[in-house]
Amino acid sequence: MAEPTVTDTAPGPAALRRSPLAHLADRLRDATVTGPRGVSVSEWPYTTMLSLRVEPGSAAAARIEKCLGAALPARCGETAPAGPRTTLWLGPDEWLVVAPPGTAPLTAELHEALAGEPGSVVDVSANRTVLELRGPAARDVLDKGCPLDLHPRVFTPGEAVSTQLGPVPVILWRTAEDTYRLLPRSSFADYLARWLIDAMGEYARPEVT
Amino acid sequence: MLRLNCPWCGPRDETEFHYGGQAHVPFPADPHALDDRQWAEYVFYRDNPKGPFAERWMHATGCRRWFNAVRDTATYQVLATYRLDEPRPDVLSEGGNR
Repeated sequence: MAEPTVTDTAPGPAALRRSPLAHLADRLRDATVTGPRGVSVSEWPYTTMLSLRVEPGSAAAARIEKCLGAALPARCGETAPAGPRTTLWLGPDEWLVVAPPGTAPLTAELHEALAGEPGSVVDVSANRTVLELRGPAARDVLDKGCPLDLHPRVFTPGEAVSTQLGPVPVILWRTAEDTYRLLPRSSFADYLARWLIDAMGEYARPEVT
Repeated sequence: MLRLNCPWCGPRDETEFHYGGQAHVPFPADPHALDDRQWAEYVFYRDNPKGPFAERWMHATGCRRWFNAVRDTATYQVLATYRLDEPRPDVLSEGGNR
């Protein structure tokens, strides 16, 4: 993905939209911590997301895989990158296709590939927003509120799982060694952002030993 | 805190799940043939054993799928989890069933 782009110069309805965390942009920026215990958080607004449901192994699934350019992930945690798009595993017959803002969502093509067989293809871009947490202390911040084992030997870069952070259900996607993307529902994004700002606060001060 | 092994997602904390009551309660083959008493027993009456109990769970913040678990109601030990299309495994509590 490229740097987050806010397309408020775009013509049409896109110029009127407002991301779920637009009102916290300054506070997210001010929460940045630098140094060996650095951690920062930013919103990646207007990410294109597509909910995909189809019977795995069926002819329709094969056509969809051809259209996406990658096999559908088969296990919890797996992701399948293909060009600008990444397919995340959400359930045994459910996936989320994530792409940078402005990418053609492929909705029509995938719907055609489904060809009336049981399943669904729905653009759910407005359902969730994306928060990116990065820095050497990012895992420590997540460990405060996530019940999962986030140690690299269990949760490796490229994996994505549905879980909870604090009380908020999120999709947690580790995109690189020190970079995590959090996908909460838009209505929970405000709470989650404030939760993260609070959790990041201690890393700005010297470590208490 | 219970730790349940979701058949799709692996071991997760209890807080990620919803409880769904007793498992293996089949819908009546012919609901219209039941009298009020039989219908009430189907809707409301459940086993309450001390020991292994097959129950339904749903992984609410994960894959959102229903599955079954055998849990010892006295020790809270989760003895097995299995998909809905699998039969109840024959498991015993530690030290045998009460």
